[in-house]
Amino acid sequence: MLRRLIPHPLLSLTLGVVWLALVNKVTPGNLILAVLFGFVVPLLTAPYWPNRPKLRNPVAMTGYVLIVLWDIIVANVEVAAIILFRGRDNIHSKWVDIPLDLTSSEAITVLAGTITMTPGTVSATLSADAGSILVHCLHTDDPAAVRDQIKSRYERRLKEIFE
Amino acid sequence: MAPVTEILISFFIVISGIFGLVGSYGLIKLRDTMQRLHAPTKATTLGVGGALIASMLYFLLVKDSFSFHELLITLFLFLTAPITANFISKAFMVNNLRPKDVPETGRDYGWAIYDDPPQLKEPEAEGKGE
Repeated sequence: MLRRLIPHPLLSLTLGVVWLALVNKVTPGNLILAVLFGFVVPLLTAPYWPNRPKLRNPVAMTGYVLIVLWDIIVANVEVAAIILFRGRDNIHSKWVDIPLDLTSSEAITVLAGTITMTPGTVSATLSADAGSILVHCLHTDDPAAVRDQIKSRYERRLKEIFE
Repeated sequence: MAPVTEILISFFIVISGIFGLVGSYGLIKLRDTMQRLHAPTKATTLGVGGALIASMLYFLLVKDSFSFHELLITLFLFLTAPITANFISKAFMVNNLRPKDVPETGRDYGWAIYDDPPQLKEPEAEGKGE
């Protein structure tokens, strides 16, 4: 019964919090609206979300976000340095294929997003069976090192969080 | 406004300006679409981020009110930037690259833009059989 009334508790919570942040003021009226949105929107959109994404370890998620934020700052400086100080012909771009151990689609989505936001890499596409991911590397001379870094730094942590 | 506050806020605004500029310069300097994609997805994150941090500090330290909007902009930016990059790179691959230009998948199936996923192949084959 509760499951039918609140099909996605996490989504309800997110919607409520985002609404309060959008109006930027916690008043009783806004609170009621936030609860209403958190309640109604998941009910209306439930048919498009057949199963609940599972978060096995939500606490580890905080650590992951902090690591990624730090890496984004480093990535910005690195990419800026490449753009400014490397000659046009001295930038060695490479495609790198990375085999995935992750199976849940949420985890793969987060990994692809992380790869795009962090040091010199953009995720381009998945293989048709979602078993590996194609990454474009702005400047590298050692594709194996890039692969190892993504697998050990991000994929291992995501596996702990989602699977 | 205390001098320390002013220096802190202007520091973040300058950082934001520098990275925004470098990101735009990268668009001109880099050679092909895939390389150019790196400049706006990254250098600009800190460009926008710096402006948002400066704005938060301004409201927090000068106006004495906490504003959630900057946090939301950060969140939405982090959700949308990778998806935009992903779509541009896919469109580029479909138009300009052949499967032999990129590495093998190392799986039974090719990359998703050139090859159908396993689940979609089977019902189609059944439909044709009937």
